[in-house]
Parts: sequence; C-alpha cells; structure tokens
Amino acid sequence: MRPVYALSGGVSKFAKARPDKTFQAIVKEAYDAAIADLGLDFSTFTQQVDGSVASYFSDHFTRQLMAGIMAQDYLGLCPKPSHRVEGGGATGGLCFQEAWKAVASGHMDVCLAYGFETMSHVETWKGNEFIALASDVSWDYPVGGFYSGYYAMMVTRHMKEFGTTVEQMAHVSVKNHINAYHNPYAQKRNRYSIQDVRNSPMVAWPLTRLDICVMSDGAAAVILASEEGIKRLESAGADVPKPLVRVTGIGRGTDAMRMADRPHVDYDTFMREYATQQEHDSDETRAYYKKLWEHGTRYPGVHSFRAGRTAGNMAYKHAGIKDPLHELDFVELHDAYTSSEIQTYEDLGLCRYGEGGEFATSGKTFMPGVDYGLDLPEQPICPVNPSGGLIACGHPVGATGLMQAVFAIWQLQEGIEQHFGDPTLQIKEARRGAIHSHAGTGTYVTVSILERED
Amino acid sequence: MAKLPDRRPETLGGYIVHGVPFPVETDPDALAFLKRMAPLQIEQEYSITYLHSYGQDSPWFAAASNKKLLATRDPESGYTYATPRGHDMYSGRETEWIDISDRKAYIHAFTVCHFGSEEFLPETPFVLALIEFEGVNTLFLSRLLGVDPQEATLDWIGMEVQPRFLRNSKLKPTDVYFVPAES
Repeated sequence: MRPVYALSGGVSKFAKARPDKTFQAIVKEAYDAAIADLGLDFSTFTQQVDGSVASYFSDHFTRQLMAGIMAQDYLGLCPKPSHRVEGGGATGGLCFQEAWKAVASGHMDVCLAYGFETMSHVETWKGNEFIALASDVSWDYPVGGFYSGYYAMMVTRHMKEFGTTVEQMAHVSVKNHINAYHNPYAQKRNRYSIQDVRNSPMVAWPLTRLDICVMSDGAAAVILASEEGIKRLESAGADVPKPLVRVTGIGRGTDAMRMADRPHVDYDTFMREYATQQEHDSDETRAYYKKLWEHGTRYPGVHSFRAGRTAGNMAYKHAGIKDPLHELDFVELHDAYTSSEIQTYEDLGLCRYGEGGEFATSGKTFMPGVDYGLDLPEQPICPVNPSGGLIACGHPVGATGLMQAVFAIWQLQEGIEQHFGDPTLQIKEARRGAIHSHAGTGTYVTVSILERED
Repeated sequence: MAKLPDRRPETLGGYIVHGVPFPVETDPDALAFLKRMAPLQIEQEYSITYLHSYGQDSPWFAAASNKKLLATRDPESGYTYATPRGHDMYSGRETEWIDISDRKAYIHAFTVCHFGSEEFLPETPFVLALIEFEGVNTLFLSRLLGVDPQEATLDWIGMEVQPRFLRNSKLKPTDVYFVPAES
C-alpha cells in the first residue's frame, strides 16, 4: 500500500431541513468547497479526478434507489468509476476508507469521497422508524424498534455495572454543544448546562432529548490522493493546502446485528483478543480488569462495542500508536448519544472499560480555553469532538463520517479559523487525530488516523 | 422541573392547492426572479405489504403461539441462543431446538421509551428489556409489563421475571412478554 493524503474537504451547512435544494445540489455545495480549497475550478478538477465513492444510508429517506449515481451525474463525474457504500451510521467512515483503498492500492491517484442524507423528507417519528429498520425486522424492530431505546438499554447496563451517572453523560452534551457554538456548520449552536440536559424531555430513560443527536439534511466531501495524484493536481494548477495530511491508519470492526446475540467472554479471552497493547503491558490494568470480571463483568455484553475496540486496535497498530490518549491530539467520534461517547472512550482505549463516566467529567476531553461553566478537575489532554460532534453538528447519516474527516483535515492544516471564521476550536499544533464512525448498535465501526506532514 | 411543551407538533396533511403562483409572462426579469422562488414540496405516499418469512426461525413463533418459549443450542458445545439462530456462530453447526419456558429469567438491561418510532408511538411509555435466562448464553429482547414506567430504577436490573403469552397470537416476537416473577 502506498501513502494516501486527505487533501481537502467541504461540508454543506447541516440543517433540520434543506427543501431549498435537492440532495444532489446539497452534495455539490460540499464538493465545490473541497475543490475550491485546492484552488481549482470545476472543470479542471473534473479532468483530474479518477473516480469516486458515494455514501448514503437509507433509500427510504430519499424514496429513491440509486441516488448515488444521481449525485455522480449532477457533479459531472460520469463516466468515471464510482460505487455506493452503505453501513448504517458508519457509512461515511466506510466511504472514506473505500476511497483510501482506491488510492492506496494504486487503482486511482485522485479519488473523491462524498456523502449525504436528507432526513427531513419524513416526519421525525417516521424517520425513527426508518432508522429502526436497521435492526432485525424479525426479532428487534417489532418489539418496539427505536434506536434511542436500544442505546438506553446499553447505558442502563453500563450504569449498573460501572456506576456511570446521568450527570456524567450530561457533561458530554454540554461539551459538544458548547464546542459547536463556535462551529458555523453545526446545526445546533446552543450553550446548555447540566441541568438543561437533565430537564429536557425524557426520550428513552435515562436519555433525554439533549443526550441524543438530531436528524439532519446535509452533505460532505473529501478529496484523497497519492503522491502522483498531488503532482498531477499541481501540474493542473492546484494549490494543494499545506501541510499535507496523510492517512496513516485504517481499522474496521463488526458485531452481530442483534445486540442480544453479543458474547459475554471471560477475562482470558478479553485479554487475549480485545485488550489494547497498553492494557496488556500494565500489571495494574490487568489486576483492575481481573477485579471487574470477579464482580461479574463480561465482554462486550451490551455495555461495550467490540467492533469499536477491534477497529481502534487495528488502526493504532497501522499508525504505530501505543498510548492513544497521549499520542492523539484530538478525536472526532460518533456521539449519536452522550452514552455512546462514553462507551467509545473505553473502546478506543482513551480510558479503561468501566472508567468512561469518570473520564467524561475529568476535563481531559474538553477544549482548552473554552468556558463550559463546569468545574473540571484536570487539564485537556485530547479534545473529543472539538467540532461539536453529531449531538450538536447533526447526523445526516451518509455525510457524518466524512464531516468528521473534513473537520480533522482542517484541524491538522490549522485551518479552523479560515473555515469557521473563529479560532476558538483550533487545537494548537495538532499533529495527529482520529475519526471514528459507528453503525447500528455497534455493528460496523471504522477508525481512521490522520496525521499532519511537515 | 421538566420543561413544558411550547411547540405544537408539526404534521403533514392539509389543504390541497390548485394553482401555484408563477409569473404571468416569462420575460428575462421574471425568469431571473425564479432563482428567488421558495421550493415546492409535495406529499408522496408509499406503502407496501411484504410477505415476510421467518424461515428457519419459524418454529419459535409456532411455539410462542402455543405458549412455549424456545431457544436454539449447538448440539456439541451446548452454546445456547435465547434469540434463536439456525446455525451456531462459533462452529457453523446447525443448532437444535430446546424448550426454555421454565428457565429462571432476569432483567439484564432495560429502558422506558417515552417516544418511539411512529408505529409504536401510541404505546408509549413502554418498557423494553433484554432478558437473560439461566444456562443460556445470549439475551432476548422483549417488553416488560407489571412495573411503573414513571418509576424507572436501575434496581430493575437483576429482577427475576417470567414469560407471559398473548392468548391471541400475532406471530410476532411480542407474542411473549415478561412480568415480575411471582414470589
């Protein structure tokens, strides 16, 4: 595999509804922004790009099959090669990695990844029904198919086993909403308090409306290239943004569709198959986990995502990361729920299993220099969702994983002020970040590592 | 105190409109003005009836309609699935049916849904629970009744429960639901 660079990206404004444009034209907004960042015009880039990968989750929302080719067609990319990827909430992350593969393998030198979702075409509760159809329609959906309900069940187990609290979850909501206050692309730009989160309407106990992301219309696009691709673009007049951002790690994992089917493995199996290198190497951590198992913890059960752990371990190995909390400068992760952000801290090895709740209130994942109105005991180490995440930016499913890639590229290029018109969310000297895209109840998870090259 | 609702719910439906505002003359100014037009939105109906097969899982539904709760088991390893699978995920072997109607059962995890998908909105608030069974390796998603949805507590986790069956089977997984076990 050869080096792959994420050169530029674009995001449409995420909004509750975008009836002003069809989905193809919303994709074009993101695409035009990605091209503009290369300093190329539409037709010059069209000549240089080798192909694309399209990302969108649900045919139901558009009531349109083969919507991918309609976007390809609208972008003027026919007859270049393209295909659609789909994997629930991780669709965008899968798309990014498929575009990476196209370039890494030598099949393409310049590949476009674009994604979208227009969820406003049905009412919210019908939208919830569509999303719930991404659970087993024989066994899960008919019982009361509702994703917020599924995640709420996971977190009641997490709370019972590990003592996680609703206030700890609310810290995630406050952090991500206040970060998004400085992100003009975000759908929700509000400053909330812990009390606001707890007082908002209960959706699925104990998750309130402010613990949960919202449905959105939106699109995102990323341009990836090989070294040869960069030379070709520059020969065509491109001013490729520097420093370059290289994709240095790719990881992916899966799990059973029905969370009821997830295994509950013993300590030895966990240590052998799922523990991070860091966990393996620490006597203290092995003793900590031994104690958890003695108290009845089994892995992954319904409180943890082994797909996320698998994806993280794979990506870290690829990128040579041993201590993710200290070797990553930021993480953009799939916070469809505040509880799943906490679960994901653990899966990604930012903290140990069982310690996610405490980690959420430690301050380590917050942005430096931002007033959250919270008493945080520790300094930021690795901001998580500096953009505001799904909870505040919105979650137009097929665009989401690509949105994370765009924000990560901008962080690593030190381009946050340029793109947001506000420097608050720029992480100083950010050199390496992770993006994490997650589907279903943890069925497909991708982790990609992006690094700045000087 | 919880925030009181301050918005009316948005719904589709309404008047049928005949005649849409549009410039009388399509002169250049009028055509240029079309760029400033608000979008037209129409309603599109879509409904379909599927003939859904439960395939190899069918005996579970036949059993539930006869007030029996089945599971499947790998005949060699004994690994048992509360939600049946036709083949074991570790050995690939075809599983066998077993009756778990009388196994002790407990709440493993739960939630109270105050909102939901459109189909289930009229049933809110309802309790979803993952049920664990003695000697069974995986869980079963079901409804929990006999508890107050307004008084949710983590203490429900670990509570012993027992199955109850609909008298008039619907041939759905909800033909069985769970209630706190009689002491």
